[in-house]
Amino acid sequence: MPDALAVRNLEKRYGSVRALRGVDLTVEEGQLVGLLGPNGAGKSTLVKIAAGLVRASAGDARVAGARAGSRPARAALGYLAELFRFPGWYTADEVLELHQRLAGSRGGAAERARLLELVALSEARDRRVDGMSKGMAQRLGIAQALVGEPRLLLLDEPTSALDPVGRRTVRLLLEELRGRGVSVLLNSHLLSEIELVCDHVAILLGGEVVAAGSPQQLAQPRGVELETDEGVHTVEGVTRDDVPRLVEEAVRSGRRVYGVRVLTSTLEETYLEAVGGETS
Amino acid sequence: MSSVAAIVEYGFREAVRRKMFAVVLVLTVLFLFLFWLANHFVFAQLDQITPPADVHVDTRTFAGAFLTGLAMFATLFLGVVLAVFLTLGVVGGDAERGLLQPLVVRPVGRATLLLARFAGAAGVCSLYVLAVYFASMLITGLTGHWWPGNVVGPGVELALGVIIVVALSLLGSVVLTSTANGIAIFMLFGAGLVAGLLGSIGHALNSHAVKSASTVTSYALPFEGLYQDALRLITQDTTGLTAFVLQLGPFGGGYVHGWTIRVWAVVYLVLALAAAIGAFSRRNL
Ligand SMILES: Nc1ncnc2c1ncn2[C@@H]1O[C@H](COP(=O)(O)OP(=O)(O)OP(=O)(O)O)[C@@H](O)[C@H]1O
Ligand SMILES: [Mg+2]
Repeated sequence: MPDALAVRNLEKRYGSVRALRGVDLTVEEGQLVGLLGPNGAGKSTLVKIAAGLVRASAGDARVAGARAGSRPARAALGYLAELFRFPGWYTADEVLELHQRLAGSRGGAAERARLLELVALSEARDRRVDGMSKGMAQRLGIAQALVGEPRLLLLDEPTSALDPVGRRTVRLLLEELRGRGVSVLLNSHLLSEIELVCDHVAILLGGEVVAAGSPQQLAQPRGVELETDEGVHTVEGVTRDDVPRLVEEAVRSGRRVYGVRVLTSTLEETYLEAVGGETS
Repeated sequence: MSSVAAIVEYGFREAVRRKMFAVVLVLTVLFLFLFWLANHFVFAQLDQITPPADVHVDTRTFAGAFLTGLAMFATLFLGVVLAVFLTLGVVGGDAERGLLQPLVVRPVGRATLLLARFAGAAGVCSLYVLAVYFASMLITGLTGHWWPGNVVGPGVELALGVIIVVALSLLGSVVLTSTANGIAIFMLFGAGLVAGLLGSIGHALNSHAVKSASTVTSYALPFEGLYQDALRLITQDTTGLTAFVLQLGPFGGGYVHGWTIRVWAVVYLVLALAAAIGAFSRRNL
């Protein structure tokens, strides 16, 4: 079975702006991949290319084996845009019905009720979109992306307008989706969210992937810092358990030890290091 | 098929929600009322009207054709207003507001999406134009007892003219923002007006150069050519009147008529739609 999303050497230029400079990224079947990066890093551009909204300048993007933007590719995905709106005069139920018709879903009223339930909007079924709060509209957007049981979900900052309870709802929803084998590409600025749910994380900076791996790999201990009469030096690839041995060795070889620090890093530290404190 | 119907329906619902739709309806009622008033007074005082010396027809025919020509201009104008407001933001405007992206990522496809929006707007506009056309014809017919030489043809030509404006406005919406597109389409409409005036002036001065400038413009903007042809049709049975009627109204005075312009108008429509689909399929959203 082909990967849900396979991006190879993807480039995108907007005039003189190079939004993507050769990105490789894979979302395997049933995998939840998080895309991190400062404002303007190219996260939305990548997702829009996968969704067929934007044309790549070079490289290749495939959804379930089909060229991104082609009909089979679009039929395999659900998309929630970073900035979107539904017509204000549609009710929540009507929005989902419209998308069922467009996606060719035969789920009917049962699917709509289930999706509204999933995003905690059952009560707002007949509420019109222009009477919804930002967070409600965003949850409706997530339900819309799930219409027709897509293989791949592209979610561009799906929780940016949500309150803490709403975020938790979405996190549980994502975990449930993974349980059902749905593949997800998730753009977010919320490191904790990514750390909690994602199997794989890629950090994008200036249109390039600067770090990638599982959250555990990225947040791994990175060694021990020893301060001796020779100065400060870092021993890489060791953990807290190695500290007594390192100190002993240093003392045995005649060094005076003034300090020892175990270097751990959270995803946040890895992120900050990878992007060099950069925003836009 | 169901997804095409879903998009046409989406367009209809959007159309009737627009405040502009209500404005156009109010303007239409106002226009029809004023038109009835004009008919009422003209035909009540028919004996005080003398047609120009070079127009050899009876006064009733003269007045009826004159009023119908004016009504046709108003119908075209109102139809264009409706067409522009239904379509000016279908791509650019809706993309900017984030309304379009959720639809475009669905399997329907951009070409189908655009054609469905076209079909919806063209349907609404032609129904509207035909309704106003027949309503004003009824007003003149019932108050003045005068009916045009060709009853259906002119209405169909006006509707086709407005459908062309729908296609141009969709094309504009792909490459321009809503505001810029609205301005551009009304400027084209204004250019059509100038073409008609040029024709009248060319006719009066008997200047070949001015007449051909008018003809070229009428082909470049076929809604104007169709309007001229429609004007001819209402008086096709009445020799001697045609030349006069063509000098009526701001759009009159042309030399463009017959099947050449009708066929060209359809070809033009197809080309405009093809251009719109081509540009839309390449556009980043
Ligand atoms: N339509 C466009 N025209 C020109 N430049 C664009 C366009 N869209 C994006 N860009 C540029 O491409 C780069 C990447 O933008 P993108 O929206 O992908 O970033 P992002 O990582 O999603 O940022 P954010 O976190 O703010 O959402 C930016 O420099 C942006 O200015
Ligand atoms: Mg973004």
